[in-house]
Amino acid sequence: MKVKRWLAGALALLLVAAGCGDDDDGGDGDGVTLRLVTHDSFAVSDEVLEAFTAESGIAVEIVASGDAGAALNLSILNRENPLGDVFFGVDNTFLTRALDADLFLRHRSPAIDDIDPRFVLDDEHRVTPIDHGEVCVNFDRSTYPDGPPATFEDLADPTERGRLVVQNPATSSPGLAFLLGTIAHFGEDGWQDWWRALVANDVLVATGWEEAYYQHFSGGSGEGDRPLVVSYATSPPAEVIFAEPQPDDAPTGVLVDTCVEQIEFAGILQGTEHEDEARQLIDFMLSPVFQADMPMQMFVLPVVEGIDLPEEFVAHAAVVPEPLRLDPADIDVNRDRWIDEWTEIVLG
Amino acid sequence: MDRDRPRLSGSGLLATVPLAFVGLFFVWPVATVIAEGLTGAGVLEVLGDRRLQRVAWFTLWQAAVSTVLTIAVALPGAWALARFRFRGRAVVWALITVPFVLPTVVVASAFVAVLGPRGPLGGPLGGLLPGVGAILAAHVYFNVAVVARTVANALGQVDPQLEEAARSLGASRWTAFREVSLPLVRPALVAAASIVFLFTFTSFGVVLLLGGPRRATIDVEIWRQVAYFLDLRTAAALAVVQLVAVVACLVVAGRMQARVVPRRARDAARRPVGAERAVLAAILGPTLAFLVTPLAVVAYRSVDVGGGLGLTFYRALGTSRRGSSLFVPPEAAIRNSVTYAAIATAIALLVGGITAGLAAYRDRRTSRLLDLLVMVPLGTSAVTLGLGFLLALDEPPLDLRTWWGLVPIAHALIAAPFVVRIVVPALRSIDPRLREAAAVLGASPVRVRLAVDVPLASRAVLVAAGFAFAISLGEFGATLFLARPDNPTMPIAIFRFLGQPGPLNLGQAMAMSTLLMLVTATVIAGIERFRAGSVGTF
Amino acid sequence: MLEVDGVEVRFGDHVAVAGVSMVVERGEVVCLLGPSGSGKTSLLRAVAGLETPAAGAIRWDGRDVTREPTHRRGFGLVFQDFALFPHRSVAANVGFGLRMRGEPVEERVAEVLALVGLEGYGSRMPSTLSGGEQQRVALARAVAPGCELLLMDEPLGSLDRPLRERLTGELREMLHDLGVAVVHVTHDQQEALAIADRVVVLRDGRVAQAGTPPEVWRRPADEFVARFLGFANLLPHPDGLLVVPPDAVSLGPEGEPGTVTAVTFRGTGFAVTVAVDGGASLEVPVRSEAIPAPGDRVRVAIEARLTSVVPVVR
Repeated sequence: MKVKRWLAGALALLLVAAGCGDDDDGGDGDGVTLRLVTHDSFAVSDEVLEAFTAESGIAVEIVASGDAGAALNLSILNRENPLGDVFFGVDNTFLTRALDADLFLRHRSPAIDDIDPRFVLDDEHRVTPIDHGEVCVNFDRSTYPDGPPATFEDLADPTERGRLVVQNPATSSPGLAFLLGTIAHFGEDGWQDWWRALVANDVLVATGWEEAYYQHFSGGSGEGDRPLVVSYATSPPAEVIFAEPQPDDAPTGVLVDTCVEQIEFAGILQGTEHEDEARQLIDFMLSPVFQADMPMQMFVLPVVEGIDLPEEFVAHAAVVPEPLRLDPADIDVNRDRWIDEWTEIVLG
Repeated sequence: MDRDRPRLSGSGLLATVPLAFVGLFFVWPVATVIAEGLTGAGVLEVLGDRRLQRVAWFTLWQAAVSTVLTIAVALPGAWALARFRFRGRAVVWALITVPFVLPTVVVASAFVAVLGPRGPLGGPLGGLLPGVGAILAAHVYFNVAVVARTVANALGQVDPQLEEAARSLGASRWTAFREVSLPLVRPALVAAASIVFLFTFTSFGVVLLLGGPRRATIDVEIWRQVAYFLDLRTAAALAVVQLVAVVACLVVAGRMQARVVPRRARDAARRPVGAERAVLAAILGPTLAFLVTPLAVVAYRSVDVGGGLGLTFYRALGTSRRGSSLFVPPEAAIRNSVTYAAIATAIALLVGGITAGLAAYRDRRTSRLLDLLVMVPLGTSAVTLGLGFLLALDEPPLDLRTWWGLVPIAHALIAAPFVVRIVVPALRSIDPRLREAAAVLGASPVRVRLAVDVPLASRAVLVAAGFAFAISLGEFGATLFLARPDNPTMPIAIFRFLGQPGPLNLGQAMAMSTLLMLVTATVIAGIERFRAGSVGTF
Repeated sequence: MLEVDGVEVRFGDHVAVAGVSMVVERGEVVCLLGPSGSGKTSLLRAVAGLETPAAGAIRWDGRDVTREPTHRRGFGLVFQDFALFPHRSVAANVGFGLRMRGEPVEERVAEVLALVGLEGYGSRMPSTLSGGEQQRVALARAVAPGCELLLMDEPLGSLDRPLRERLTGELREMLHDLGVAVVHVTHDQQEALAIADRVVVLRDGRVAQAGTPPEVWRRPADEFVARFLGFANLLPHPDGLLVVPPDAVSLGPEGEPGTVTAVTFRGTGFAVTVAVDGGASLEVPVRSEAIPAPGDRVRVAIEARLTSVVPVVR
């Protein structure tokens, strides 16, 4: 029957196509294709990647899904049968979870010695730090011609009533980082009161970064009416770079004393069939070429010392000598409880 | 002996296609998710948790209210479109439909553009955003098309003489409508309402982007449990609760709905006369204003380059500023979107078409069952589906987790129910005598189907294809949760733009959104040209 | 009484009714007769208020109702395919108009159902009724609210022939018992001639002839009316056409000679077509047992006093 034959053909085609989904060795001959599993904010210049391929003969395929937390969780769920060879995107707030899940292989990259030791959080080198950035309160320069509030305590002052927007730590990575920063600053016994004061000061809570920044923040490209927002230390240079024509001064700035450190790691996934090539990729990520490329691509800062930053960063990014930080093990133990308590206090 | 071996009937063989598809790409992944974390205790825990109870309750009532509001807003427009023929009617049909197929990320941006602090309605209505008000408004916005089209179609098939008879007996126009036409379109109304309820019950993007931190639906909660807390047990339990609720809703709706009796297709619309013109304007004006304003604001924003109007953002779309791998040239995003949409349409037509062919001729119970089965994927969380793919499809030869093909398959799962809903009534309205004639002339049953049903239903199939295409273009939730190699679709590209600060990023998001709106509107307008005069519930 | 005064109905550029005037008295049954496209239905709908006339006036008992909306005119309307509310029972259908007026329903419904011979049908659903029964429900529904003008659009049109013929007689009796003014639209001349007190023949939106059925039958005003009424025998005549009714022609020993060309059985008798020497072709009804066969030579006699002359329509 004509119809049946046609159907059978279509089904066969479908199965064949399905089979094609599984090929790891893209290459003809010497080329191996590594699969880099990461989140949606990962970016790297085409030229940089091409340079890597040209040099090493290894092609890199990027597989992205969701944001950092989601991507990590998906990898953990697929531990027995990893989605790829290398994972990029573990940050210090979820580090312990990743390590406990035993996701990664040990690899001590030679370039580790060029990295500031404060970034190397895992002595066993199951993960390698690649970039860092800070989550800080950004302010709208036009609202504060004489200078913004400087500290956390200032933010709770009634003069700043109704001016701050934060993100829900349960649904937002910068939101969580900010919460952890306040805990680091005020300590286990003080942070709740500070947040209560913020609630009394009419703080606005958004679900995610986009909503907070674009909908509620008044500075730069934000369309809102609140001049203080939790964002990144690299947001002001972004406001300059992503404007046409580029202004001389950044329209926004950063409250340095509120900055919380975020370090981002990469690791080789257990179960990879291309361990050698994966090591090469990790090493490449610590190479000057990649490290210098990162700021303009992902708006993060290199961990390797001595890398030149682009001029917009030099001009407009804040330097944060002592960002707040908490021990990853502490974070892992208390995170859920802290989020619950925060939800009680702030969202009622 | 050959005679003793049971022969596979033609329709039995055909049925394996949709069954295999749904089984492999829906039932198995979802079952895996549920099994992964589910214990009896898990569900009870979820049901007992006060916060989750509140979430479940909120999910339920906002869906109910959204449905009622959508009906209230859509009904006048449906009546106007069914009763009157006027210049630009096809345009109105298209405009009403575009919001339905737009991705949540675009609609959310549009609402922010209108209701946000700097938007035209930010002053008077700014309090709606974020919050329940914005959620309800966005739900109505998305779903007006469902109710308006379904009801208008049904109304168009009601004999206008019935209302005239009522009027001759002393009923005013409104009374005649209420007493005669409205009861006759009740089945269609119930069908539309159940779809709207399904969509709003499983709402994710709208609630996340417009609802603010205090509002969460079950879908949002599932996502949080998976993406943040890695609490698969709770997520799975929630998925079960959601699935049960969805099936219950579908069963109830199925009961309330008598089988829609196919009437001879007739377009009873006529030109408006006298006072009717004013009524028509009074109805269509506000409705269109409501639907078009957010889109217009987005389009305006895409050319508002601070200091005048210009194409800076569009040009920026075309330049790779930093040579980034993240960079998606608009042609690539469009091409990816269109490619996925074409493949998804093909799959949806195949699966949906066969299902429709099987369901159209069965008795009431079987066809209701098939209808239910086909609708369930619509009511399932995109997170659950994406997660299910990752958990289930991980063993060779079916290690499809990073296969690009999962994207169009996910789209097809969502589009296939619409194909069924559009094609089944068309098939049912075919005069059975035509088939009898073909049979008498020597055509086998399959041949009869091919020679009679397929050509006569071809118009409906084209309409269904157009819808599947548009739905795929705008699909966002499922695509977001799949681990995909880097062929982003337009909605994903827009989402990425919104992930970084800077006026260029915001502007490019608006520009790409506008492009998406234009592509979608073109597809929908194309559908309308084919649709004119064809029978269908959608 | 109903006065239709120079009513014109247009649909875009198409003129459906081009200025028609007529009067219908209480108790009178007037049939609007004409082929499709003659404007009879449009005129009826204009009287009902479902179309707005482009010109002219419609008056009931002196009151101008031309601009009054349908639901206030109080005219009963019976549709060609009955338009019964499918989701309501027979009783609910019949009682609809009473309910709209806030009048008591039950008694009157029973009364009217009895009138049309459908006692006890109240709880039935329209889809379970036969064509004839549906037609009677439609009629009952239209007259239940006590209207004074009944408008009927081809009420017997969708029934089969024997039923139609039977119901025609019943309908005539019922209408006269009701004593209301009736405007009855049909394309079937037999029906019109049987039911009407007066017949108005319409052609292309204009009145071609108006009069009592015998008047119209005996003296058709022009060729169109003659042909429409079904006259088969129209012979050339110096002043136009000679209309030869069936009862004016017979086969016999006297008359014009001719040859039989066809013999058709008509149920009530035979129609014998004769080609008269000299050119004309005549249809002659024959009832007796002596039926000629094609080819036979016969003689055709015409009774001149029963014939009439009509002018030829150009």
